[in-house]
Amino acid sequence: MTARREKIVLPLIAVLLGFLLGSIIVIATGRSPLAMIGAIVKGFTGIDLLNPDVPFNPRYIGEFIIQAMPIILTGLAFAFASRTGLFSIGAEGQLMMGSLAATAVALLVKAPKVVHLPLVLLAAILAGALWGAIPGLLKAAFNVHEVVVTIMMNYIALHVNNYTILNIFGSVDRIKTAPFAPTALLKDPWLESITNGSRLNWGFIPVILALLIFSFIINRTTFGFSLRAVGYNKEAARYAGMKVNRNIVASMMIAGAFAGLAGAVITVGTFTFGRALPSAEGYGFDGIAVALVGGNEALGILLAGMLFGGLKAAQPLMQSQGIPREIAGIIQASIVLFVAMKFGIKMVLQKFERKQAPSTEGDRV
Amino acid sequence: MSYIVEMLHITKDFPGIRANDDITLQIEERSIHALLGENGAGKSTLMSILFGLYQPDGGTIRVRGREVKISDPNVATSLGIGMVHQHFKLVHNFTVTENIVLGMEPRKGPIIDIREAEKRVEEISKLYGLAVDPRARIEDISVGMQQRVEILKMLYRNAEILIFDEPTAVLTPQEIHELMQIMRKLVTEGKTILLITHKLKEIKEVADVCTVLRRGKLIGTVPVSETSEARMAEMMVGRQVSFHVEKSPARPGATLLRIEHLNVKTAKGVLGVRDLSLEVRAGEVLGLCGIEGNGQTELVQAITGLTRPESGRILLRDRDITHLSIKERTDAGIGHIPEDRQKHGLVLDFTLGENFIIHNYYEPPFARYGILNRKKIQENAERLIREFDVRSGQGALTAARSMSGGNQQKAIVAREIDRSPDVFIVAQPTRGLDVGAIEYIHKRIIEERDKGKAILLVSLELDEIMDVSDRIAVIYNGSIVAIVDAASTDENQLGLMMSGAYRPATAAAAQE
Repeated sequence: MTARREKIVLPLIAVLLGFLLGSIIVIATGRSPLAMIGAIVKGFTGIDLLNPDVPFNPRYIGEFIIQAMPIILTGLAFAFASRTGLFSIGAEGQLMMGSLAATAVALLVKAPKVVHLPLVLLAAILAGALWGAIPGLLKAAFNVHEVVVTIMMNYIALHVNNYTILNIFGSVDRIKTAPFAPTALLKDPWLESITNGSRLNWGFIPVILALLIFSFIINRTTFGFSLRAVGYNKEAARYAGMKVNRNIVASMMIAGAFAGLAGAVITVGTFTFGRALPSAEGYGFDGIAVALVGGNEALGILLAGMLFGGLKAAQPLMQSQGIPREIAGIIQASIVLFVAMKFGIKMVLQKFERKQAPSTEGDRV
Repeated sequence: MSYIVEMLHITKDFPGIRANDDITLQIEERSIHALLGENGAGKSTLMSILFGLYQPDGGTIRVRGREVKISDPNVATSLGIGMVHQHFKLVHNFTVTENIVLGMEPRKGPIIDIREAEKRVEEISKLYGLAVDPRARIEDISVGMQQRVEILKMLYRNAEILIFDEPTAVLTPQEIHELMQIMRKLVTEGKTILLITHKLKEIKEVADVCTVLRRGKLIGTVPVSETSEARMAEMMVGRQVSFHVEKSPARPGATLLRIEHLNVKTAKGVLGVRDLSLEVRAGEVLGLCGIEGNGQTELVQAITGLTRPESGRILLRDRDITHLSIKERTDAGIGHIPEDRQKHGLVLDFTLGENFIIHNYYEPPFARYGILNRKKIQENAERLIREFDVRSGQGALTAARSMSGGNQQKAIVAREIDRSPDVFIVAQPTRGLDVGAIEYIHKRIIEERDKGKAILLVSLELDEIMDVSDRIAVIYNGSIVAIVDAASTDENQLGLMMSGAYRPATAAAAQE
């Protein structure tokens, strides 16, 4: 099997196995896996196989895209750092800082939409990039491991966010800020109306741009070339005269920018106000799973992000079918697990291919 | 005569390449059977099939007359086949004993009986004359010792047929000599040895029978005592090979590289290079010879910028480059073939084409405005592959990791020579290469010399130093102890100087 085919086939097998395991658990709890599949199909396509009265409801498509957008971006964030050999789990905190910056610009700036909205997004991108620069600089200057720093930075971001929302932007109900001006929002009544009142918004445009930019930087630019060289073999990159430390900082900043954008997409897309959070919402960790299943490539991340987004969107639908919503989480977790077991799957596949080989050998003898 | 191992009509295909084409190999018990071939001739593939790492696409294997199917290395082990890989497979922070018994530990209840294990390791090492310290950690012992641990690992598993994959590629001359004695001893104790190599000298010294492969095909099997090195080389390469480097006398010009009172620390923090001064002139090859670990690595790394010297100066055409970055030195005209090709020389997960442009990926024609030009990168790769005969399954798109060691080295040599630097630091350029490739690389180095480049050749192979160099500097304990004319010295004199035992009067004068 060639490396390229492997990159496509192995995640697909992992996904199938994940669904298979989910079905087995559903059967074990005494429910029908058909109900689960029905809920998942409805979550992705809006087509209701089980209820002929309302055969199609586009609202579900909108909701599933809403779920997919931020985790595609945090997936890109993790993957970008990963391509430089860094294991960054700071997307969560970078996302919160992006969200906070978006809130600040949305509340404090008064401008027409063409100026205001881009400013909001830009602020979020910058905030994420700066939050990512800190672990990058610490790694480059003192060789402090990025995993430790990014975990800590996530907690700092959470509390900075909550303090600012509650004490500076003056939340009335101790949960959210005053609503944003419409000029700051990605929301659009037309998008909502064609999806039967879903929360679908223009956030998918920056997400698509981010995917294209990711792919372009990594595959087509000299900068991406040197990032990949550092990621694969730091010593060889140094020998070739590349600036390894500068690449580490730059890579963490760009990763942070993707995560920061995710914060804006949530705050001025899904919501219309800044929020204080009781704890991290898990977008950063979902992003790691998305990047892992997507093989750190733009197209893979898009597909994996949509898959996991759809599973998230299907959770309430499962519950309405009497299937525990945790099943979706189990499917997601087992897909990740099976991807992580790719060497095992590869071995099984090779054994399978080998079993077919002797038959041709037998013909010759 | 009975054969202990027979591989009959073995065929194996890889994407884009037939690695083994109808190869038959029959090995007598209690013999040393050499398998000779160039890099990429299919030797390692054939042995990997015997060891169960690959499955053949056709052909049969018989062990002790019985047909077997070796589906994985565990089957090979149970058949008494063991393999010492070129790159050792040892756990670095485990002791010698722990590595040897790993997976087959003697137990006392649920607990590993390390005493018993050490006792058994000591017994085996005494029986076969393989002296090791069973309690030493792998990371603390020499490469030669690590290889002994690999051999002991096989013997501990009762291997009868021992495959050695290029065992001498990583050893010093002394260690090679010791290994030859160990192999002889193993055969007298009843073992059978399969030796994969491309070093004719070693075959002549130790092997009984030699099978030659070329480009995946069987060329022939000959008794070693009835053949010559030249004949074997011809079989391997397919044409007559010159062992001697053809070159005219050097016409040295101005001094291009000058090193003054250089001190460099090793990774462990002690001085590896001490007060070293050296000059390399345009149009000459200065060979640096010495026993491994006498400061060669530190010297090369200081010149190329991989490490910072403690004190002293490095001058390139009278310009002080001591404090320049690696990039600035490269641009100033320093070229470097690094001694560790997998650590420094290549990004193994890059394609061949990407590896070729690793120094100047950001410059036209390979990039413009920061965007890579794939077509130009491809063309560049195709040109270098053709010009330097780099063998790869999928051309420019071949992953460097999938290439044989020799072809990896050829790729580095191609890239560095193509840049045509003024001062060329060449470290171990032919380590692990076959005679054909060695001949070619030496020829290219001499060509660079004749173009007026200054070349510093660092090698552990005395033959290479004596053949290629015009002058030879001997390094011992971090200092140059002598500089002699290549034409007026011999192996004995160099050997003595390398060991620090002998210091000619002329050398003292040359250093002033």
